Amino acid sequence: MDFLTVGFTVSLLAAAITYGTAILLACLGELVTERAGVLNLGVEGMMLMGALAGAATCLATDNVWLGSLAACGAGAAMASIHALLTVGLRANQVVSGLALTLFGAGLSAFLGQPIVGVPLPTSFQTVRIPVLSEIPVIGRIFFQQSGMVYLSYVIAIVLWFYIAKTRGGLRLRAIGERPEAADAMGINVNLLRTWYVILGGALAGLGGAAISLDTNPGWVENITAGRGWIAVALVIFAGWNPARALLGAYLFGGVEALNFKLQGVGVAVSPFFLNMLPYLFTILVLILATRQSARVRLGAPDALGIPYQREDRG
Amino acid sequence: MMPIQGMADAAAPPAMEATPAVTPPSDTPTPDRPPAIALLDISKRFGPTVANDHVTFVAKWGEVHALVGENGAGKSTLMSILAGLYRPDSGTVVIDGTEQRFRAPRDAISVGIGMVYQHFMLVEPFTVAENVLLGVRNSSHLINTKDIERDLTALGERYQLQVDPTAPVWQLSVGEQQRVEILRLLYLGARILVFDEPTAVLTPQESDSLLATMRSLAAEGFCVVFISHKLDEVLTVSDRITVMRRGRVSGETTPAETDRRSLARMMVGRDLAEYVEHPDVEPHPPVALGPVRLQLTDLRANGENGLPALNGVSLEVHGGEVLGIAGVAGNGQRELAEVITGLRPASGGRVAIEGKDLTNANARTVARGGVAHIPEDRLATGLVGAMDLSENAILRDYEESPIARGSFLNAGAIAAFTDLLIRKQDVKTPGRWARVRTLSGGNQQKLLLARELAGDPKVIIAVHPTRGVDVGASEAIHQSLRDQRARGAATLLISEDLDELLALSDRIAVLYEGRVTGIVPAAGADREHLGLLMAGDEAQVGAHG
Repeated sequence: MDFLTVGFTVSLLAAAITYGTAILLACLGELVTERAGVLNLGVEGMMLMGALAGAATCLATDNVWLGSLAACGAGAAMASIHALLTVGLRANQVVSGLALTLFGAGLSAFLGQPIVGVPLPTSFQTVRIPVLSEIPVIGRIFFQQSGMVYLSYVIAIVLWFYIAKTRGGLRLRAIGERPEAADAMGINVNLLRTWYVILGGALAGLGGAAISLDTNPGWVENITAGRGWIAVALVIFAGWNPARALLGAYLFGGVEALNFKLQGVGVAVSPFFLNMLPYLFTILVLILATRQSARVRLGAPDALGIPYQREDRG
Repeated sequence: MMPIQGMADAAAPPAMEATPAVTPPSDTPTPDRPPAIALLDISKRFGPTVANDHVTFVAKWGEVHALVGENGAGKSTLMSILAGLYRPDSGTVVIDGTEQRFRAPRDAISVGIGMVYQHFMLVEPFTVAENVLLGVRNSSHLINTKDIERDLTALGERYQLQVDPTAPVWQLSVGEQQRVEILRLLYLGARILVFDEPTAVLTPQESDSLLATMRSLAAEGFCVVFISHKLDEVLTVSDRITVMRRGRVSGETTPAETDRRSLARMMVGRDLAEYVEHPDVEPHPPVALGPVRLQLTDLRANGENGLPALNGVSLEVHGGEVLGIAGVAGNGQRELAEVITGLRPASGGRVAIEGKDLTNANARTVARGGVAHIPEDRLATGLVGAMDLSENAILRDYEESPIARGSFLNAGAIAAFTDLLIRKQDVKTPGRWARVRTLSGGNQQKLLLARELAGDPKVIIAVHPTRGVDVGASEAIHQSLRDQRARGAATLLISEDLDELLALSDRIAVLYEGRVTGIVPAAGADREHLGLLMAGDEAQVGAHG
């Protein structure tokens, strides 16, 4: 088995991070949304709109960062529909999320028709971080990546710190665990929930740009290929913890990277089988993680999926 | 807006947080001081129901003011208006001389109003100090609970409300969680404290200690509002009493001018046997004990969180006997009822009905075995709110003749059966077709009771049978349970209301952390002794367990 060399392993791990970044960003967005008590199943649609907005803006401006910003905006715009429906009007979160996924898929396919397959003038390039990239193995895996990947590191760390260590994070956790208690303490639950749903959508959009501007530059219909769903499942796997989301996203990235790498070295595994793996893995994670007892152990926000309204006392 | 008089600092809690040593409001002169709370001519309706009908409620600084009334009398609505949860349709809210228009709870908090709700407003995974921090404005962006922890400890010592500020709330007992609520309000600068049925979940000793805390807060100048329907406590602790009935104030009095009987009359509008006779002295009509009908042997089960909730419960209930189960909420009562009725798997031990092993049998088998179940939450496990009376009436027997004819339902038999149930328990309803959700709590419970008792059950599992039920219905429900006892049924009565247990039971078993810490005869039972058993007092457990 000559492909099981150190060189192969290191390049596989580096690719795992590259491919895992889109899932990581979407997963972090969903994690924040769910911590606030709102389930967003529209991630896939938001990623698609983000990917399209990113590619189109990059075509027009020749700038990947402007593209990324546009992707955030597209995701946030989609998410504000979700916020309006589920937080403002207290509609069913599952139905609204599914509708947005279908809507995002259809709309992005329609609007993206003129630029299908058009090569981008530029895309995210590998940037070696001085000093850090010289560290053996670790440098090659973590610090010879694109700007988008470095940005995702920063977002993951900032989110972890925010949720665990700041008063804003305390409020975020409170409105997802016990919104009536937060309300009684004078916290505006629905305003905060709206904000976190929109923030989550912006991160999902950015995740879309991590595909259309970095790993698979350009736009084709359904470019995300279900990664939004993986991100949703991953939140459960991660136990609503950003650090574990990092691990999970790279695991999925690794499965995806393995697909390419094995084909590259000529190992005869059906690509259809390998394409299936992430979804199989998703199902397994969901089965393992959603059993009642496990749900309690893993610390799902207590009020997840329940719209908040002040109790109607007669 | 009227000019702000008196404690201007109550309107500015951020100033309080700089010096959170809690300045009691007594430092201001009292004689010419406006009342703490003046709710003037308040009206509030919900659809067709008038919850508050021109209600005026005035409470002064330095007094404990009790607000009593039956469920649905409008107490909660009135206090929700005070807390900023609801806006009144008409009327004015004046706090310490200044008219207020609350848009949200934070507006009420900012003028010093603090609510201790029946369901605590605490985030369970957070520590005590983190829960307090949630309500603090103008602090650093990072979570820093050191100062809060120090101040909470000091406050706790001062008001006899000791609790570990670093402990996660879910680890605390119900009594401790209530202390956290009070401490938090004091810390955040509340000067007006409203307690909504605070002793309902406490042991007698904890209740006494809470009442003492309320007195000492009033003595320091706080305004304390005490919502309750435990008339003995109201008469002990209050300076003044306002009584509400059907959305109106039906009287205002002081403990010196009144007694249980006249308070009860003001609440209900007529004399009631149960409120007048002290339940302790009410004689049980003697009933010959039948055979053992319900036998539990070393019963074990896990709770919702997967941890053991029942740790080896052994009990026997005879025909013609009511065995009361006392205990503070969350000590295994719910799990006990669910395991017996087949709604929760037992992890060990045995359940036998009339000698027949029904351990881990499904709910239908248990019901057919002659077990009636009056569950804790009637709209979750007892009735289907969106279905009508007749559909709910046959939930238990829909597969039995004559209600079922093969695969079809017999409409005539259903109508006759439903009418029978409605007549038996005197259920007030517009008709069989009415959705159960539209009935009052008392009428829902009477329908449920009628259904469950229709087949003359051998064993009755009754969990909080009169919770959230008006006094009239509650009386009727108690009478039904007495009739069943006389008929020879074995009843397991789970309740947090010691008065109810003492009035209905022959023996009382106390549950603490999933174990029976003692069984005492109800006649002449000592409330103090029961309280110690409920708190898991080791000496008592040793003496009786």
